[in-house]
Amino acid sequence: MKCKLMLDRYLQMKNWIKITLVFAFLMFNLAGMAQKQRFPKPEFGTGYSQPTPVTPEPRALALEYTDVVVLLIVLSLASWFAIRKRSRKGLLWLSVFTLLYFGFYRNGCICSIGSIQNVSLTLFDPGYAISITTLLFFLLPLIFTLYFGRTFCAGACPLGAMQDLLIIKPLSLPEWLRKTLGVIPYLYLTFAILFAATGTDFIICRYDPFVGIFRMDAEFHMVVLGIAFILMGMFVARPYCRFLCPYGVLLNWMSRFSKYHLSITPAACIQCKLCSDSCPFDAIDYPTDEKQSKNTKWGVNRFLVYALLIPLWIFIGGFAGSKAHTWISKANPTVYLAELLLSKPEVRNDQKNLDVQAFLSSGKSLETLVKEATVIRQKFYSGGWIAGGFIGLVIGMTLLGQVVYRKKNDYQPHKGNCFSCGRCMNFCPVKK
Amino acid sequence: MENNNKKSRRDFIRSGTRLSILLTLGAVGGIAAKHLTAEKYVWQIDPFKCTQCGRCATSCVMTPSAVKCIHAFNLCGYCDLCGGYLKPDANKRSTAAEDQLCPTAAIARKFIEEPYFEYVINEDLCIGCAKCVKGCTSFGNGSLHLQIIHKRCLNCNECSIARLCPSQAISRVKASKAYNVKGSFTKDSKV
Repeated sequence: MKCKLMLDRYLQMKNWIKITLVFAFLMFNLAGMAQKQRFPKPEFGTGYSQPTPVTPEPRALALEYTDVVVLLIVLSLASWFAIRKRSRKGLLWLSVFTLLYFGFYRNGCICSIGSIQNVSLTLFDPGYAISITTLLFFLLPLIFTLYFGRTFCAGACPLGAMQDLLIIKPLSLPEWLRKTLGVIPYLYLTFAILFAATGTDFIICRYDPFVGIFRMDAEFHMVVLGIAFILMGMFVARPYCRFLCPYGVLLNWMSRFSKYHLSITPAACIQCKLCSDSCPFDAIDYPTDEKQSKNTKWGVNRFLVYALLIPLWIFIGGFAGSKAHTWISKANPTVYLAELLLSKPEVRNDQKNLDVQAFLSSGKSLETLVKEATVIRQKFYSGGWIAGGFIGLVIGMTLLGQVVYRKKNDYQPHKGNCFSCGRCMNFCPVKK
Repeated sequence: MENNNKKSRRDFIRSGTRLSILLTLGAVGGIAAKHLTAEKYVWQIDPFKCTQCGRCATSCVMTPSAVKCIHAFNLCGYCDLCGGYLKPDANKRSTAAEDQLCPTAAIARKFIEEPYFEYVINEDLCIGCAKCVKGCTSFGNGSLHLQIIHKRCLNCNECSIARLCPSQAISRVKASKAYNVKGSFTKDSKV
């Protein structure tokens, strides 16, 4: 037994010596290469002309600015169609154009949804330069929405256009389900910002279900996801926009305070109920039932309780986020690698683990790596508090929203959830 | 009258909020503007950091990958026994398929004069697997190396190969210097 152990150790040592020797040989060679080539270029006797490597230039910068101009035009047109012209047809054709241009021609990239990550990264990492195009793609739709409602969703978003054009038989979802699923975009936004700000990953781009369709090429699981969303979207209208889109969260906030917004009727509502079936997104608020809102005393108490619970929700969320930070931070490749090397030192001998082998051959010390990983993990800790607290706030506000009754006399679009697609306008019998 | 008051108050709150949101957006834009660049950035491989792991062939969102092998002819030794072209256990120095390292036979070997051969990459066949690069770098001058071909690259917001590259060899470079072709790009000229 002992003998075998000794033998093992000897073999291991031999292995190490071998590796060291190979390294030394390689280092020697590399040092030599820096000075002169191993095989000098020959002098050709015959008239040989040497070709040059082909390096086609990237897409011109001017074309990137064209994208911004196109976005500006599409946004203006969409707002005009929704508010002044009141034309569903115009919005429909505009979304076809958007689908073709921003979708299939630009391959779904650049897009405003993904720009959230670039903006967060540049806010937290001074070393990351953001391009003017990206910043404008982030800001322009938000500013437009602040004035005209979510016309971006109606006409200028290729993802929205794709789903909107494929609605076949929209089902109406119960309110509790909509409210519950409506929390997901907040989660997605929070994680997207957390991962982008820590320089870990751009999850919005990576898990974009439609980008694979735009570029007609994707990994298998993304194809499955994309097709699933399209099939779902035939019956649950715009599933991505309503229950996933992180940019939609921001647009929702903007739209609630928008100066102008699409209205169902051009004049006074005659309460005919015709529009109520037209909206595939359940975004039309019905007039409040007087009988239902009678019991006010109880409502006030509930409101107070829910409002007072919000700080608690924030604390619970933040606490959970900070507790989970170790686990979440493993998504970062540096943290993951450092942890792997510390917890399983034998992985150094695993020739198949490319990340470990590349790290070992890079000459970087484990100490430096661990130091880097610690800094990143620290970011995740503070980020975990903020992200968790924000999610807590969202949960608290969603619950609070359940007990707030706002008196409504007419059928009105819900300013936050309405995509300004204009379907309801066609259904309204009031013309002028 | 009372109704009107209520309405104007609501309008006041709404426009106040709108203004503060606008200011917030302005602040975000302003801070981001500090790191603003008028330059376009594209993804590119640093051939001196590349460890030829082979992920470029499999991780790109494009099939085949937008990463291709580039031949810096200036650095090539025009060897007959080419470490990038021939398998280490090749039977003979020929163009026979079983002797070639490249899985798609994307390298064309052409006789120039005794004893020199020229090696040209067929970009349409190349899948960016870096097998030839590995061979050339370990046994030859390292004139074969990988580059992202910008005609094919979609310039994704986050390069999916860069995320998985074990040696962090892919980074954003200025579009005015979109290629790191060995020879003109040296180890010291790194940005």
